[in-house]
Amino acid sequence: MAEGVTTLAPRLEMRGVRKRFGATQALGGVDLSVSAGEVHALLGQNGAGKSTLMKVLSGAERPDAGEMKLDGAPYAPSDPQAARRAGVAMIYQELSLAPHLTVAENILLGVEPARGGPLGLLDRATMRDRAARALAELQHPGIRTSTVVGTLPIAAQQIVEIARAVAVGCRVLVLDEPTSSLARADAEAMFALVSRLRAQGHAIVYITHFIEEAKRLADRFTVLRDGQTVGGGPMATATVPEIVDLMVGRRVEQLYPRGARTRGEALLEVTDLAGAPKPTRASFTLHRGEVLGIAGLVGAGRTELLRALAGLDPVVAGRVKLGTVTGPTTPGARWAQGMALVSEDRKGEGLALGLSVADNLTLSKLPAIVRPRERRPLTERWIKRLGVRCQGPDQPIGELSGGNQQKIAIARLLHHGVDVLLLDEPTRGIDVASKAQIYDLIDGLVTREAPPKAVLMVSSYLPELLGVCDRIAVMCRGRLGPARPASEWTEAALVHEAALGSDSEAA
Amino acid sequence: MSAQPTAAAPAPTAGLARRLWASPVLRKNLGAAAGLFAVFILFTILLAITRGLSFADPDNLETILRQTTIVALAALGATIVIVSGGIDLSVGAIIALCTVVIAALLRAGAPPALAALGGLAAGLACGALNGLLVTRLRVVPFIVTLGTMLLVRGVAKGLAHDQKIDAPQSWLNELLSRLPASRAWLLFPPGVWLLFLLAFAVGGLLVYTRLGRHVFAVGSNEQAARLCGIPVARVKLAVYILGGFFAGAAGLMQFSRLTVGDPTGANGLELNVIAAVVIGGGSLSGGEGSVAGALIGALIMQTLQSGCSQMGWPNWVQEIVTGAIIVAAVALDRFRHRSS
Repeated sequence: MAEGVTTLAPRLEMRGVRKRFGATQALGGVDLSVSAGEVHALLGQNGAGKSTLMKVLSGAERPDAGEMKLDGAPYAPSDPQAARRAGVAMIYQELSLAPHLTVAENILLGVEPARGGPLGLLDRATMRDRAARALAELQHPGIRTSTVVGTLPIAAQQIVEIARAVAVGCRVLVLDEPTSSLARADAEAMFALVSRLRAQGHAIVYITHFIEEAKRLADRFTVLRDGQTVGGGPMATATVPEIVDLMVGRRVEQLYPRGARTRGEALLEVTDLAGAPKPTRASFTLHRGEVLGIAGLVGAGRTELLRALAGLDPVVAGRVKLGTVTGPTTPGARWAQGMALVSEDRKGEGLALGLSVADNLTLSKLPAIVRPRERRPLTERWIKRLGVRCQGPDQPIGELSGGNQQKIAIARLLHHGVDVLLLDEPTRGIDVASKAQIYDLIDGLVTREAPPKAVLMVSSYLPELLGVCDRIAVMCRGRLGPARPASEWTEAALVHEAALGSDSEAA
Repeated sequence: MSAQPTAAAPAPTAGLARRLWASPVLRKNLGAAAGLFAVFILFTILLAITRGLSFADPDNLETILRQTTIVALAALGATIVIVSGGIDLSVGAIIALCTVVIAALLRAGAPPALAALGGLAAGLACGALNGLLVTRLRVVPFIVTLGTMLLVRGVAKGLAHDQKIDAPQSWLNELLSRLPASRAWLLFPPGVWLLFLLAFAVGGLLVYTRLGRHVFAVGSNEQAARLCGIPVARVKLAVYILGGFFAGAAGLMQFSRLTVGDPTGANGLELNVIAAVVIGGGSLSGGEGSVAGALIGALIMQTLQSGCSQMGWPNWVQEIVTGAIIVAAVALDRFRHRSS
């Protein structure tokens, strides 16, 4: 359905779209307008509201207010199927292909041509033809329709997913960070594909963190910040610093307590660390009494770095020296050596949600015989010290709020008595009051403890990094840049380096 | 069943009641206990009305308890396995193998104690095999134990040359039989006492030891357990070894009841064992389950069976009722979970 380019109404138009989840205003007024034959870049930091916007577009969430139009007609999908039928196709970072089915079966999933008759036998020849035609249209005829999708490389799987959208005749194609999981050469092929789709008259929303990509590909752009459209326009006349300013917007709030910090001896020395597949190269030194922050985009390899340090993922190359220990390790050994991780994924990895507060707190350090009479007061002491709101040590931790769960996850490390704390997105998904308490807790670890601890903290929320950390390094596509004092960084500089990489190599 | 907050009882009793009420063991198993109570009352009334029989008769209770012992012993091991997030389908086959080993040893002239130990060792070995396959090959436990179910059954049949093995009379045959009047002071036969002892041991293991809490952690969230430095593979190995051991203990009781080694016996018993654990609040996705619950679950199934047969209902009715109870019990449990 590539004709009708002459109509004046934009292909997709959103005006004043709002969405609230409980106390958080995820979208507070979004305007977006995309025409046929246009690539429209949607830019914004992590948490700016891009994914909520996608959910609204795809019909997974209903907006609270605002209007959406598709080719001038009201568009209000009740669910993702309705959105697909209306011609809005989403290509997520997490591909939604059936890995065990063939390319042809995936491309025509749900719209399989069948011969008549009561059995509904599949018309395999037509399936092959239509799938092959869709792939040829994308100029990727090299992907064989009979191949099982799971055996294809990621880049080819992405093509298959786009071919599926094209084959069912989509009117708006939304691409979410399509190059984040691709190697350079594959990314180039993706750029070429997006240009071809534009030439064929598709309307494309291109969501990305990478300003350089947006600059290269997009005709126009829209910047989201805190759930609102804060700017946009033709790409040709906008400069990178202008876009970064739009993305960052405001200054650091005074939310971050900071005691007098004195840097002690080096506790953790990492040299040219590489994991599989990320990080590709990371070097830094973490000292007692400091908080070292790691900024970067989601998927840059920050979590993988922490996991490799904690012994959860293998170290492929490079050296990790913790105190006096080097060499291969296990998670259990790392705890014993005094370094442990607070996971970014509380539900999936950080906590055993069905078990009690006491169980979760003491899991890493249980005596051979567990005495509830000793464990209960001990747990109560930690509950009191960190101000955890819960019914008591025996309450299942899944019943606590995110902030209180996180306090227990951190308390586990403190109870164990580790020296080096690896904190991955420690304030993700928790309320502002708990955030402030956790900032104070982190500050206390490096100032009020005797001897002070060392904290390595990954965060996507830049004001938090600038407010809490002594030094910050930026990771971009698996590579960690040099750590510089937090006072030398600005949000704009962090965003810039996260999207474009460091000019200088790691020192 | 709910507490009576209206009772203005004297302080000490109220204190005790409150403490009992606060006890997690009691609270968690309240639903299952109420179910057992309901089933029991139902048959008491039905039997009294239709046949003038007394279901609550001490003799009858003892019989139910004796008949529950085999499934209950195996359920102790299965509780550990299921709490860890695993499953063991080879239990019935292990029980059969144990009866064959014990009978063969007795026939070869071994003293009864040694024969019993031999049976337990066979169970242990099967459990170790399960554990090694699960942890080393990283195949899901359902498939591993489906394989060893056939494998162990085959070994048992091979050992026994495809027939029952008769064994000379020994004290092993009296482990589960009704007590003679001379030893009525024991109250229960030794096998039932063994069940009580081991139930306390496993209950204590799960709640009061590091290993036990690690089993819960692995079952509740294996990733979190790994993050906390728990040696997940070693925990799983221990879990299946224990599962094998308790299947062995159940095999010993099965031998005592049959007094022969039967390589085809206990067929499908693992499903009764799993049902007992699940009726008692065990979750097949791991992290939940208790010994008390599993024992209650085993008792519910045996009570149903006893009641049905005393009512003179045919076997197929029993099967329908048991199947319905399993589904209803678990559905109720999920409902309770969701509402809380």
